[in-house]
Amino acid sequence: MPWMSPLARIRDALAGQRARDKDLRNLVSNLPYEGLDKWKQPNRHFRNNGIKTTKYSVLFFIPMNLFEQFHRLANLYFVGLAILNFVPVVQAFEPEVALIPICVILALTAIKDAWEDFRRYKSDKKLNRLPCFVYSSKEKCFVEKRWKDVRVGDFVKVESNDIVPADLLLLYTSDPNGVCHIETANLDGETNLKQRRAVPGVCITVSNTDILLIIHAVIRTGCLGFSHPDLVLKQHLVYLKGHETKAMLNNNGPRYKRSRLERRLNIDVIFCILLLFTMCIIGSLGHYLWLESMPSVPLYLVPQTDGHLDTPSLSSFYKFFSMIILLQVLIPISLYVSIELVKIGQIYFITNDLDLYDEETDATIQCKALNITEDLGQIQYIFSDKTGTLTENKMVFRRCSIMGREYPHKENGMFLCGPKRALKMYIYKIKILMFTKSLPPNQQETEVILDQKLLRQIRGTEKIDAYQDFFLALAICNTVVVSMATAKRLRVSARLTAEFQQTNQSNPLDTLSSLVRRAGSWTRLRAPITSETSANDLTTQGQSVNQTGGQTCSLHVPPQGTAPAVPAGKLCYEAESPDEAALVHTAKAYGFVLMSRTPDSVTVQLPSGAQLRFEVLDTLSFDSNRKRMSVLVRHPISKQCILYTKGADYAIMELLETPYGEKQQKAIASDTQQHLDCYAKEGLRTLCIAKKVLCDGEYESWAVQRQHALAAMDNREQLIMDSAVQIETNLCLLGATGVEDRLQDSVPDTVMTLREAGIQVWVLTGDKPETAVNIGYACRLLEQDDLVINMSCKNLCYWEKQSCSADPRNVDTTPDISLVIDGRTLTMLMSPDLRDRFVDLARHCRSVLCCRVTPLQKSEVVKLIREKLKVMTLAVGDGANDVNMIQAADIGVGISGQEGMQAVMASDFAISRFKHLKKLLLVHGHWCYSRLANMIIYFFYKNAANVNLLFWYQFFCGFTANAMIDHWLMIFFNLLFTSVPPIMFGIMDKDVSAEMLLGLPELYRTGQGKGEYSFFTFWISMLDAFYQSLVAFFIPYFTYRGSDIDIYAFGTPLNTISLFTILLHLSIEIKAWTIVHVFIILGSVTLYFIVTLAYGVRYLNYSGYWTLQAQMVDPMFYLVCLISTVIALLPRYLFHVLKNSITCSPIVEARHLDTLEPSTRDQWIKEWRSFRGRVQDKTSDVSVPPSPSLENLQDDTKQVKL
Amino acid sequence: MQKKENQEVENRPDNTAFTQQRLPAWQPILSAGIVIPLFVLVGLAFIGIGVALFVTSRNLHVLEMDYTGVEKTSPCFSCSDPIKQKNCKCSLSFELDKLFEGPVFFYYGLTNYFQNQRAYGVSKDYNQLSGDLDYFTFFFSIVPDSTCKPYRYDVNNKPIVPCGSLANSMFNDTFNLYQMKNGVKEEVPLDGKGISWWTDYNIKYRNPSVNPLRNAFNGTVKPLYWSKPAYELDPTDTANNGFINQDFLVWMRRSALPNFRKLYRRITDGLPAGNYSLEISYNYPVIAFDGKKKVAFSNVSWMGGKNEFLGIAYLVIGSLCLVMSVVMLIIYHWRNSSPDAN
Repeated sequence: MPWMSPLARIRDALAGQRARDKDLRNLVSNLPYEGLDKWKQPNRHFRNNGIKTTKYSVLFFIPMNLFEQFHRLANLYFVGLAILNFVPVVQAFEPEVALIPICVILALTAIKDAWEDFRRYKSDKKLNRLPCFVYSSKEKCFVEKRWKDVRVGDFVKVESNDIVPADLLLLYTSDPNGVCHIETANLDGETNLKQRRAVPGVCITVSNTDILLIIHAVIRTGCLGFSHPDLVLKQHLVYLKGHETKAMLNNNGPRYKRSRLERRLNIDVIFCILLLFTMCIIGSLGHYLWLESMPSVPLYLVPQTDGHLDTPSLSSFYKFFSMIILLQVLIPISLYVSIELVKIGQIYFITNDLDLYDEETDATIQCKALNITEDLGQIQYIFSDKTGTLTENKMVFRRCSIMGREYPHKENGMFLCGPKRALKMYIYKIKILMFTKSLPPNQQETEVILDQKLLRQIRGTEKIDAYQDFFLALAICNTVVVSMATAKRLRVSARLTAEFQQTNQSNPLDTLSSLVRRAGSWTRLRAPITSETSANDLTTQGQSVNQTGGQTCSLHVPPQGTAPAVPAGKLCYEAESPDEAALVHTAKAYGFVLMSRTPDSVTVQLPSGAQLRFEVLDTLSFDSNRKRMSVLVRHPISKQCILYTKGADYAIMELLETPYGEKQQKAIASDTQQHLDCYAKEGLRTLCIAKKVLCDGEYESWAVQRQHALAAMDNREQLIMDSAVQIETNLCLLGATGVEDRLQDSVPDTVMTLREAGIQVWVLTGDKPETAVNIGYACRLLEQDDLVINMSCKNLCYWEKQSCSADPRNVDTTPDISLVIDGRTLTMLMSPDLRDRFVDLARHCRSVLCCRVTPLQKSEVVKLIREKLKVMTLAVGDGANDVNMIQAADIGVGISGQEGMQAVMASDFAISRFKHLKKLLLVHGHWCYSRLANMIIYFFYKNAANVNLLFWYQFFCGFTANAMIDHWLMIFFNLLFTSVPPIMFGIMDKDVSAEMLLGLPELYRTGQGKGEYSFFTFWISMLDAFYQSLVAFFIPYFTYRGSDIDIYAFGTPLNTISLFTILLHLSIEIKAWTIVHVFIILGSVTLYFIVTLAYGVRYLNYSGYWTLQAQMVDPMFYLVCLISTVIALLPRYLFHVLKNSITCSPIVEARHLDTLEPSTRDQWIKEWRSFRGRVQDKTSDVSVPPSPSLENLQDDTKQVKL
Repeated sequence: MQKKENQEVENRPDNTAFTQQRLPAWQPILSAGIVIPLFVLVGLAFIGIGVALFVTSRNLHVLEMDYTGVEKTSPCFSCSDPIKQKNCKCSLSFELDKLFEGPVFFYYGLTNYFQNQRAYGVSKDYNQLSGDLDYFTFFFSIVPDSTCKPYRYDVNNKPIVPCGSLANSMFNDTFNLYQMKNGVKEEVPLDGKGISWWTDYNIKYRNPSVNPLRNAFNGTVKPLYWSKPAYELDPTDTANNGFINQDFLVWMRRSALPNFRKLYRRITDGLPAGNYSLEISYNYPVIAFDGKKKVAFSNVSWMGGKNEFLGIAYLVIGSLCLVMSVVMLIIYHWRNSSPDAN
């Protein structure tokens, strides 16, 4: 339709807009329109699938970036000053010169932004170029296209382990049941597989969303789908793309945290502004008085063009602004840029630390928040999740109790004591271990050492039914997906994600957002079976068993020579929770192998080798109210309806049938309960297994009800739950299991060290109090002789009474107190009236354990402590339930573990092991903090010291805002000569070695609270700056007073003295000199002389032409520079000397120790630690943690004076 | 498996001394024991320098005389208001007991004179001063440089050369020194060559290459306060005119501080003992800003003119360092001898 009117086009565009905005989306397949012009395409209104996460475009980079940068108040301020300098009456510099610093700053930032954007562009391009298969009606087959070319309305073929290119509608899968499994870890962090069904018809459920769409082209699609029965696994109709994917739409930018140091810094910047204004007012007043003091107009006053002079008041008003321009450097323009550079450097070192690298997962630490590195050095409270953070979240089956008899699995326990030792031990390994190579790295959870007694029980003949039921329940009652080892999930996403994070390392905030954005198209697809053949194998196998099972399969008689076609070892289980996997593996170890699971059947291989195919009648999935799940199956032999239930002990125990007089059942229940208590004390996670046999009538009547519930439109969830509750009654207890969640590597040591560092560790867990307390003891959060206050709802009233009368000071006299609180009590304690008292109590406790807390409570606790106690908090967790807490804390640390990416994506730092926290805080935190604090103080000092020279000069030039140093050199002074050393100082200085920091965790306390950067240190350094500038000005002044020296010849020694003072001041502050330090400091001095000399030669119209050259042949220049520098630095030098020789601050002593031989030092640390251990045992003071009183120690090394 | 190994290499950080922050480092700890020798060394060196400076300064002589004429007793009292008294001359007599060894530097000095203001300092046109003729003439309010305002054009809109406040305010008192030998005035030869910076005279300031020089100034006027045009500053030496006139160059190098002296002439042979008379043609007004005018005769050495401050400073700091080293020694001793303090 070439004659299409513009009006029609507009209408068309509007229609497209409407189509996009509507909730209901009508899509037309692209196939009939293939090859037509773009404007004839039915889906042309929709955006394409290309992803663009870049902020800028090439053409508009400069204006957009400038616009962005002018959002910063500081930049606006400095531009305002530069513009002010163009006003002739207030001019202090040549106008162009004043523009240079702000231009350099803007340019530096722009270059950084451009570089980041370019990396984003590259990663976008890489992603957009990924291949995917799109059906083409011309070619009559799927052709490879790039992601960005996928359009709405295309048919896409996605194969197993592919990454999904867009939000798709599942039309067909290779699975006969029309099922496929997808992993959505990139989207929501859940690593378990989700089932998606392809339902041919008009209404189709869509992956990732519950939107129901009506699609006109479905019938056409159907034909197409079935006409290609080859290797097509799935076909999808694209319905949302690129920027319109759910993930992109849900992506709100990252949150911004501001570090405590930065907040303090801003206060000091305000002080600087006040100081600047004071100085400017002094200058302005001085100018006024100077003008007033003149009896008449002297020759040297330059009148205005019309020949008259401004009145003194007006002139001094102008001078105020000139002074601001002149002294603007007092407000450190480059400080913010320098801080950013320093933090990038610090992050570079953190991410490159080998100690924070985990071999097993090949993951380094990821720093997502760039701007809070120094907060790591000030942490006072750590809130930790338990599961997956302190523990590995790799469940190991440890004990079980069947029919009231306990099977302790002793060997299993020994294996757990230490994996390394265990390897040497003789252990009975099940068949699966022979296939270690094809196994995932987390093989431990699949290893089960069998209990010989139990094995005999099963193999024996007595009471076989209950045991069999128990293991069948373990094998059946779950949602584990079975797949073949060859079809292992590939962690493609993880690798690619890591890549993205690497490319975007410089700006983690962007990484985070781009990750989220990308995640939309990254939902990975999983097929239950990789190849047709294996699928056929399995199904035929299953079918044959099914056909014959009814007649020949006997549970007791081993089948004659019918070995399973698929070796059990090749099976792979993908479970939603590690507990389930552990139980299935246990069942497998005892011979009850879960072979396959389809929506309506479960196949289990028995120890005898026979396979049973259970018809699954219903699955009552787990929910947090019922705390249990059930599976209703029909037994293939007895045709009975059996309900297997698995759940929390109290949830099951309440539902047991209580036949009157049946003593045996009761005994079993009470024995089991006893065992359960015992397991809980050991820190095991307990589950009860129960069974119920339903008669057919019972089932059928329930099934009707269930159908009603499922079909209900209103209140569906509640009805489904009610129906589940209805059938889960009168259960028959089979037994209980104890699964251990192993502690992560060196967790107790880390917790101990963190506590010694003065950090309070809280554990917030969803587990039971018993389990939590047990883990608490295991990870040395609680000590044996601690006073543990257990607060639960029952004794809360009592405690209230107690605490009213108890003076908090009394608490100090009692031994170490630990608090254990459960969730319901916590809710009460968080109420406004009890809040303060709770905080007060918690402050006196050495450790606090909160059990059964919800994610929301976790974040509330963190917020409460953070706000009430005004402390720095760190939250560490690994799961989605920790996200709230991680975001509430000052620093959120995510552990990239078993439970997906959510915690990691919300966190500021992502580590792979809890133990990494130790080095991250104690070493990197301490360093980052002390480096940055010293750097910032130095920066303030540096600018003040330099600018004050100009200020003092005003007293001798009639406050006319003149400078005795050439403006270019003044600019260079800040930009070139003295900018790199502080940045290097902030990145590389090391006050104490890493070994000492790890060996003496007490050193960490120096950063806590106020730390090195405080009001006091800031003003001391400012005073020092004033003193030094006075010296640097007045020594030359008195030397050259009354002589014929000219302005710039006078300014040159001043500038030189200032440079030497500033650099040598830094040299005094530098704690550890490396070759880099020497190079940069010497380089700065050399650069100063080269630039100044070159400048003096090159620029004829420069007033200071040949000045430095002339000065450098004058011996007085050197003499003046020498004595001024010495006098200026003498106080600070003396202060450091006295501090180092008289005071006994821990840091100073640690530095003394650092100079010793490494072996002597280690020996010393060891002795000190053992000594402190003794002291700590005796001390009963809680609120005053053992201070690093090193002086108490007899020192055998004579060099160290304590 | 191969792939997995590669992957590990991908993410594993480099194990270098730099990335692991294990560069060999020198960790100096400034404590008493270490700094004692340093203090002693610095103290001794400073005392040495101080003594040298002090002695050198002591051997220098300065003769400074005020001739502003504020007090009625002053010989120049009558001239002190040069606006009223044009071409006023006065003479200053002084006596030398002994030989003033040469070379003697003859300075004029001004106090309370702020040559170091910004507006005053930028009030010149560098292009003029470097001899660019294009900047001599009026050219649509672009030349001479606007910084010269208000000393850019005269009332007739003729460009001023050299323009600007700095040049306009040039010091214009002149001095002649006579030795009284038996009642006869004998003029002491004053050397005015090379009193400005070599680079100013030879590189920075240039006359336009027009011969004779006065032709270059056609169409321009002299600065308002000047009595002679630039090309006639030194009638005795044609090479000492225009922008490379030594006195002009000395004046154009602005002084750093409000109380300053500027080199006027050199007396190479020194001044023998006797009576002298300094004749001053008093032109420069200083009453307007409470200023003082001085002349000074001084020897110079490697350390410049007489200045005892630096020598004393070195001596004081040197002795302070020695005292400090003693204090440090005490501290060091106290800490060493009292192990019980542990």
